[in-house]
Amino acid sequence: MSRDFTPKVITANALIEGDVIYFTADNGWTRHLCEAEVLTDEADADLRLLQAQAQPHLTVGVYLADVAPGATGPEPTHFREDFRRKGPSNLFHGKQADGLAHVQARAGD
Amino acid sequence: MYHYNDFDAAFVAERNRQFRAQVERRIDGSLTEDEFKPLRLMNGLYLQLHAYMLRVAIPYGSLDAAKLRQLAYLAERFDKGYGHFTTRTNIQYNWPTLSDVPDMLDALAEVEMHAIQTSGNTIRNVTSDHFAGAAADEIEDPRPVAELIRQWSTDHPEFQFLPRKFKIAVIASDTDRAVMKSHDVGLRIVEHDGERGFEVWIGGGMGRTPMVAKRLRDFLPRADLLPYLEAILATYNRIGRRDNKYKARVKITVHENGLDEIRAQVEDEFPRRRAVFGGEDQALLAEITGAFAPPAFKTSDPAPYFAARDADPVFRAWSDTNVTPHRAPGYGSVTISLKAHGATPGDASADQMRLVADLGETYGHNDIRVTHAQNLVLPHVPLADIPAVHAALKTLGLATGNIGLASDIIACPGMDYCALATARSIPVAQGIATRLEELKIEHEVGHLQIKISGCINACGHHHVGHIGILGLDRAGVENYQITLGGDPSETTAIGTRTGPGFAYDEIVPAIERLIFAYLGLRQSEEETFLEAFNRIGMAPFKAALYDAEARAYAAE
Repeated sequence: MSRDFTPKVITANALIEGDVIYFTADNGWTRHLCEAEVLTDEADADLRLLQAQAQPHLTVGVYLADVAPGATGPEPTHFREDFRRKGPSNLFHGKQADGLAHVQARAGD
Repeated sequence: MYHYNDFDAAFVAERNRQFRAQVERRIDGSLTEDEFKPLRLMNGLYLQLHAYMLRVAIPYGSLDAAKLRQLAYLAERFDKGYGHFTTRTNIQYNWPTLSDVPDMLDALAEVEMHAIQTSGNTIRNVTSDHFAGAAADEIEDPRPVAELIRQWSTDHPEFQFLPRKFKIAVIASDTDRAVMKSHDVGLRIVEHDGERGFEVWIGGGMGRTPMVAKRLRDFLPRADLLPYLEAILATYNRIGRRDNKYKARVKITVHENGLDEIRAQVEDEFPRRRAVFGGEDQALLAEITGAFAPPAFKTSDPAPYFAARDADPVFRAWSDTNVTPHRAPGYGSVTISLKAHGATPGDASADQMRLVADLGETYGHNDIRVTHAQNLVLPHVPLADIPAVHAALKTLGLATGNIGLASDIIACPGMDYCALATARSIPVAQGIATRLEELKIEHEVGHLQIKISGCINACGHHHVGHIGILGLDRAGVENYQITLGGDPSETTAIGTRTGPGFAYDEIVPAIERLIFAYLGLRQSEEETFLEAFNRIGMAPFKAALYDAEARAYAAE
């Protein structure tokens, strides 16, 4: 692991819904940042980005975003990524509302 | 209201059919995103921060009940129950899915609407005066000319790949309610020696390099409008910069070449353009003008309006700010505020849209407008019916009496929705309006226009706000710059920066300090914020913003 590399996740928008998605370790996509694969090596990140970009039928605008390790998984380091993770601040719409349903569904498992 | 002829309807239907097939090919993988993106943008479909956004054109801000009801239907059926009216008098849906958009466009076509040329480097939606046809000071209704320009510019093959987007506004009075001088081309209908024609302004704009438009022609005869516009667009198409996106707007072309050089090139091109116009455009304009014939204004006793003003102080306060004198006796224009304190500026729920549609149909000759300040207008309401309109508006939170006051804030979607934004705007607007309501001072403060943009592109018109706020990303933190002295009216002016910006949690208190400073500095209650600023200059406002003593005083 290179010392100066800021950990990253791969993120994009879903082709049909436009919703924010994150690339997972099993080459799939998740709606939840906490389930994203965290990349800590630059060469690995570049390779994974190419692999993620190879699914254009599912995604739009694939890119690497900085994260920091947190207690429940990766945390955004920039406020833009934080808004992408949550949804708008004026209305309880988007991820924050969907995420609540996600947490409730998990609790019911 | 103009109604589509067979040509218009067939054109929109064909474009919708094409786009449906393009969406299908994107979803089945036949088109890459690079191939699809310009196609979706040509049809007003953006991909924003959390979802797709569909921007629907509302030509010159004019609606009728059927159109507004269909916009409500779209909000409910394909979105999350609301729509967002923009500073370009369009409506945006924040949550459609890609696969639903073709159905949305077909639903819009049912009421003669579309999303064509609401994006891309084309001639965008033509804007006009929201009181067109109702204003006491206009020399004619500017909307027929706006509609002529809409038809001429829609899918105009020569102007589909301009160096950059191109915005045109048309007004017909001395008072500018359409921010005409902030457009790429502004047209003002004027009369010289008994002949109607146009004053032509060019090179206005906001964005990272704000400029006030310059006068290109003092008087353009009426019949020469389209050939002259073609000469302007052809000149811009030829010499506008394509090497640098930030220098590609016509304001930079005018700035770099000089107004005289631009005028010379336009005038050189003009005769060639005029030679190929055979008068069909004027026949079409005559036809269009018929569609905008004024409604049959009724004669009714306005006594109930004045009785309600005397009896109900809430109605009186609301009508002071939200009712504007009309050219027809016994009528008023009602502005419906989409700026309830704490609400998102410009948002309207499907229920609110349907209520406004009903009121427009019942009381307002079926005419409804969208303003660039993100409010709605019933331009023609008999004064006697306005108490009933007000009572109905109250039932759905639409009776806020704040038009032109400090809480009537323009705000772009900012980083809550927009992929280009560098900071949030909506919560800042909500915070300022909520604070003003707590302080109960905005009627005392009077006319004050606060405008907020969440990035340098200035969709929130901050450059022309009496108080402008620009949200930026400073080293990964939201930071808000303030400008003062901007003016969106016929005396257009670009605001001046006060100094260092403020953090997200400091910006609302900073605006409060400015407002209290103004109250202390004004010569009389009649002197507005802008007049006071123009009289005394930046220094005392700067002191209020940055002086530690002033902060301590405000905190007491």
